[in-house]
Amino acid sequence: MVQENSQRLGIVVSGSLTRGVEVRLDSSASVEEMAVGRYVTIEGEKRRFFGMITDISLGVTDQRLTVTPPDVSDPFMAEVLSGTSTYGTLHVLPMLTIGGDVASLIEGPQPVKTVPGHFSVVKLASQQDVELVFGSEDERRFYIGTPLDMETRICLDLPELVKRSNGIFGKSGTGKTFLTRILLIGMLQKSAAVNLIFDMHSEYGWAGTSEGGRTVKALKQLFPEKVAVFTLDEENARRRKVSTDFVIKIGYDEIEPEDMALLRQTLNLTELAVEAVYQLARRFGRSWLQSTLELKDAEELPEGLNIHESTLSNLQRGLATIRRLPFLMPQSPDNAVRRILEYLDRGINVVLEFGRYTDITAYILVANLLTRRIHAQYRERMEKAMGEAIAAPHPLVITIEEAHRFLNPGIASQTIFGTIAREMRKYNVTLLVIDQRPSGIDDEVMSQLGTKITCLLDNERDIDSVLSGTSGKSELKSVLSRLESRQQALIFGHAVPMPMVVRTREYGSAASYKEFVSAGEAEVKQQAEKDIEELWE
Amino acid sequence: MPELADRVGEVVEASTTDFVAQCYELYQSPPLGSLVKTTDLPVEQYGVVYHATTASLEPGRRPIARGRDEAAEEDVYRSSPQLLKLLRTEFSAVIVGHRQDGKLYHYLPPRPARIHSFVYQCPPDEVREFGQSFDFLNILIGARLPVSVEELVAAALRQMSQVYEDPRAFLVAAGKELAILLGGEFNRLRAVLGRMR
Repeated sequence: MVQENSQRLGIVVSGSLTRGVEVRLDSSASVEEMAVGRYVTIEGEKRRFFGMITDISLGVTDQRLTVTPPDVSDPFMAEVLSGTSTYGTLHVLPMLTIGGDVASLIEGPQPVKTVPGHFSVVKLASQQDVELVFGSEDERRFYIGTPLDMETRICLDLPELVKRSNGIFGKSGTGKTFLTRILLIGMLQKSAAVNLIFDMHSEYGWAGTSEGGRTVKALKQLFPEKVAVFTLDEENARRRKVSTDFVIKIGYDEIEPEDMALLRQTLNLTELAVEAVYQLARRFGRSWLQSTLELKDAEELPEGLNIHESTLSNLQRGLATIRRLPFLMPQSPDNAVRRILEYLDRGINVVLEFGRYTDITAYILVANLLTRRIHAQYRERMEKAMGEAIAAPHPLVITIEEAHRFLNPGIASQTIFGTIAREMRKYNVTLLVIDQRPSGIDDEVMSQLGTKITCLLDNERDIDSVLSGTSGKSELKSVLSRLESRQQALIFGHAVPMPMVVRTREYGSAASYKEFVSAGEAEVKQQAEKDIEELWE
Repeated sequence: MPELADRVGEVVEASTTDFVAQCYELYQSPPLGSLVKTTDLPVEQYGVVYHATTASLEPGRRPIARGRDEAAEEDVYRSSPQLLKLLRTEFSAVIVGHRQDGKLYHYLPPRPARIHSFVYQCPPDEVREFGQSFDFLNILIGARLPVSVEELVAAALRQMSQVYEDPRAFLVAAGKELAILLGGEFNRLRAVLGRMR
């Protein structure tokens, strides 16, 4: 079990399970070469521990050294003192144990329930260790990146990942979009789930741009047969030379009072105005929006409706804003929800581009409206599948950006996304939440997210909210706030055995596209071979 | 058996922790800090020279000044050749280890050396063998001696380092050992390290 080739760092000198262990560095190991977030193994007597460096500090044996420092310009003095009177310590959070006996080898790494003994030897984790813990690429696992300073591939178990709702967080410009793209490709290749992506800035469908202004290919270009691009803005798509599969139009009659409740903040509606919507809808039925806009003043309100003049004008102002959205029309020619479901049922992922309508009103309205109906359909089908012996629908992952607008504490309980985050796992629908202000998301929703992937965050409240409820929170905090601002992410939660820092794999070069696509092809081939074999059985 | 040429004297006083030897030649004591040994078989005892004196053979008779009419110092001895027989040089060594049945131990021998045991200066190979372990530093640091311990430790390590191809590496390794032994006493450590170069 013992790997001789990995570098010895030091020995365990103290610690506890909750706070992690202190490791005194050997004099041969330089403090400056350590890095928070790196993986180490601790050789206990009976088992090995796998952990992560969460803090690095300096120590002296005699306090007098700090008061009257020695002459370190003398290399002899400096060399003698380093590692003896002055030394470095690492704070290591043990996360997993790898037992020495056969049974535990089969079980794989287990969460830690104890700490290694005094003076256990600590080493940098070797490639084999990392592979043992994070697995290697196979039909379930998708290569997402590498650990810091290592070439081993860290893989995510995607079928496991999509069983829960997940979140991707990070300040703007830290690579959330790239990470999401990689993850979407992974889901598309390795999991049975289909994706519905509400693509606010048209970055996932055909092409996106990198920070440097370079154009990068997106899903449809890489996997044309597995991805359909829907758009709200045909003109924009045509100008960008994106071939779209469907143009979504929404009829006034499709907008329901619940949609208005969500838009209260963005449209600046009063509490009473939202109340009024319900009354109007009850009275006018599906054509309530049209009818309300046609009213000239409160005098024209039908009998029995008790709506104040100012409330009505507030509401009408709000509705007028919605009506100006060009993809809305009195009567929609086609049923967008049915179209989306058709594609999803065929296992084709749908990217809905918003084109020019990047304002939050349009995004909330459309995302919420479509999701609610899709959710209803899924629920119905799932219930049917439970009752009768028919196949359950494909697991569906809905990707939303700017999630704090849907899931903030004020409205999380009302929106469909709040419901999905809380309970829809049972109905095969989960969310992929992308956001830069996780503190704006309702705690209850945050706590339901299975796996969280977070790039650099530097706002204290955001960090707290992402890490809430995680064990080793304060240690992870120091790791999180020291991530590099690009291409690095901390992943923790349901789908990974322990929190891990990854340098995300490359995306955007010709070679990277090839790698993504070829991985998919290999799988198709494998599947085909398997099918043929089964045929002859 | 050790070489005759390395023989420097004979034990004239011995205790568990140290011994005093008289040199065969006046003024020819081994340098401060050098490793010497007695061959009191079956036990050979190793000591580090910590003190040397040259004085009259008889404690009551102090030498008197004789050079008033001589031109050079050497002429004093030439005109009074008996002087060489009336004076003697002695050195003291603190015992830091012993060898029994061919095995080297870095701690005190079971009993003191016999009087008149021959004392040899250790050849480089033996110094290297002895220097493989720094356990003797602990004895040196704890010894109560008329010379300063820091002075002696530094001298001993300087002497030992000369037999190594890379004296600096030896000194650094020894320094690290000292840093552990003198963990809470940085000022002493600094004094030793400062004298080791």
